[in-house]
Amino acid sequence: MSKIIEGLKYSESHEWVKVEGGVAVVGVTDFAQKEMGDITYVDMPDVDDEVTAGEEFGALESVKAASDLISPVSGKVVEVNEALDDTPELVNEDAFENWIIKVEMSDPSELDALMDAAAYKEHIGE
Amino acid sequence: MSENLNNAELLKTCLYDRHVALQAKMSPFAGFMMPIQYDSITVEHNAVRQKVGMFDVSHMGEIFVEGPEAEKFVNWIFTNEIRGFEPGKVLYGMMCYPEGGVVDDLLVYREFAPEHFLLVVNAANIDKDFAWIEEHAKGFDCVVRNESPVWGQIAVQGPEAEKTVVGVLGLKEAENLGFYTFYDAEYKGKRLIVSRTGYTGEDGFELYTSLEGTVDLWDRLIAAGVQPCGLGCRDTLRFEAGLPLYGDELSPEISPVMAGLGMFCKYEKDFIGKEALLAQKGGEIVRKLVGIEIEDKAIPRAGYPVETPEGEEVGIVTTGYHSISLDKSVCFALVDKAYAALDTPLSIRIRKKVFPGKVVKKRFYQTNYKK
Repeated sequence: MSKIIEGLKYSESHEWVKVEGGVAVVGVTDFAQKEMGDITYVDMPDVDDEVTAGEEFGALESVKAASDLISPVSGKVVEVNEALDDTPELVNEDAFENWIIKVEMSDPSELDALMDAAAYKEHIGE
Repeated sequence: MSENLNNAELLKTCLYDRHVALQAKMSPFAGFMMPIQYDSITVEHNAVRQKVGMFDVSHMGEIFVEGPEAEKFVNWIFTNEIRGFEPGKVLYGMMCYPEGGVVDDLLVYREFAPEHFLLVVNAANIDKDFAWIEEHAKGFDCVVRNESPVWGQIAVQGPEAEKTVVGVLGLKEAENLGFYTFYDAEYKGKRLIVSRTGYTGEDGFELYTSLEGTVDLWDRLIAAGVQPCGLGCRDTLRFEAGLPLYGDELSPEISPVMAGLGMFCKYEKDFIGKEALLAQKGGEIVRKLVGIEIEDKAIPRAGYPVETPEGEEVGIVTTGYHSISLDKSVCFALVDKAYAALDTPLSIRIRKKVFPGKVVKKRFYQTNYKK
């Protein structure tokens, strides 16, 4: 069983969002990290880059494959988790603790299109 | 092709139930449902580099050629020279199209009976290869048989491979076996071929026997604690050792000369594709396969573009990893031959970013074969 946290928002492409005022903290779910296996590299945008809901903003790489990261919201990147540059395996250790980017949202109503914990649980069939 | 098959149409090796019981991550490969990994790819990779690991390679094809003109025939379809090579020896090479592209890369075993050969071919190519071999065998006094479905195969690989096959399986003669040689034994009343070959860059053995015998060997190795290894680390291991994979580094479009495997083509004899390969060797090739190392942890994957420092696209990645044994991001790439010299600066475009690097030797890892 994959860990799912109540109170977060989830995308179909397995990103989670924690809302902190006007900022969305974005990471990948426990289900996603398990599917990927050992994560060896996290490709992240730079601070001040613009991201768009539904579009790729980076990638997770395992030994075998690269998997695009899809932004659940639109806005400006205000912080990236630099710890992942040197220790990408933190995502495997705790996918919810180790967020990837923080986005200052330009349209918080985009959050309404995301799933809650119960809907996401159903989405991954657990 | 295999991606389009439904699971129901996929073949299973004789060890399929064992993989499922071990909760391996299974995936279609070459028309078979195969184990990708049992543990993590890194754990399995390191087991082979540091101790010993084993692979189910029962999907590989076994084609036998025998008859008064078997040697003459095999030497005609095979790029390497088999005349003068002794019984009990194994030789690597290719079968090529007249245009120089590759039908398949394969191992040829010269059996102990005169004019008997075993050709071990890639699983994805068994039907194509057998049709090619049958077609070209017309006019030669020999018979060809595809026995792939009745042979299982386990590869035991790593610095402790000899200790394992001798100690666990009691294959005492394996001790004296040189690299790229084999001997015949019997197991469960059927033939067992013990071959000192592999696809990992380490010392190791490939054991060919009946389906029942293969399952029995597997169970004994598992009971002895040998790490089962999937196709995931088979690819990372062969890649580091500079070994090509058919479909990525060799194909109907990528000849042995382009792939830098010309040493396995012998031009003092006649074989299918010789004229085209000689012309390529003489300068008529456009692209060559090289190794590239980049200065970042980003991973060059198959299909990513290779660029000059000025941004001109001059090639494409065929296989790439963040190498487990070297902790470096490296790849094989097909590049315009003007950029194939060692130390030539070349960059890889990975998604939106460009990562600088340079041409390096394709053998990224120092292999440890039996002398």
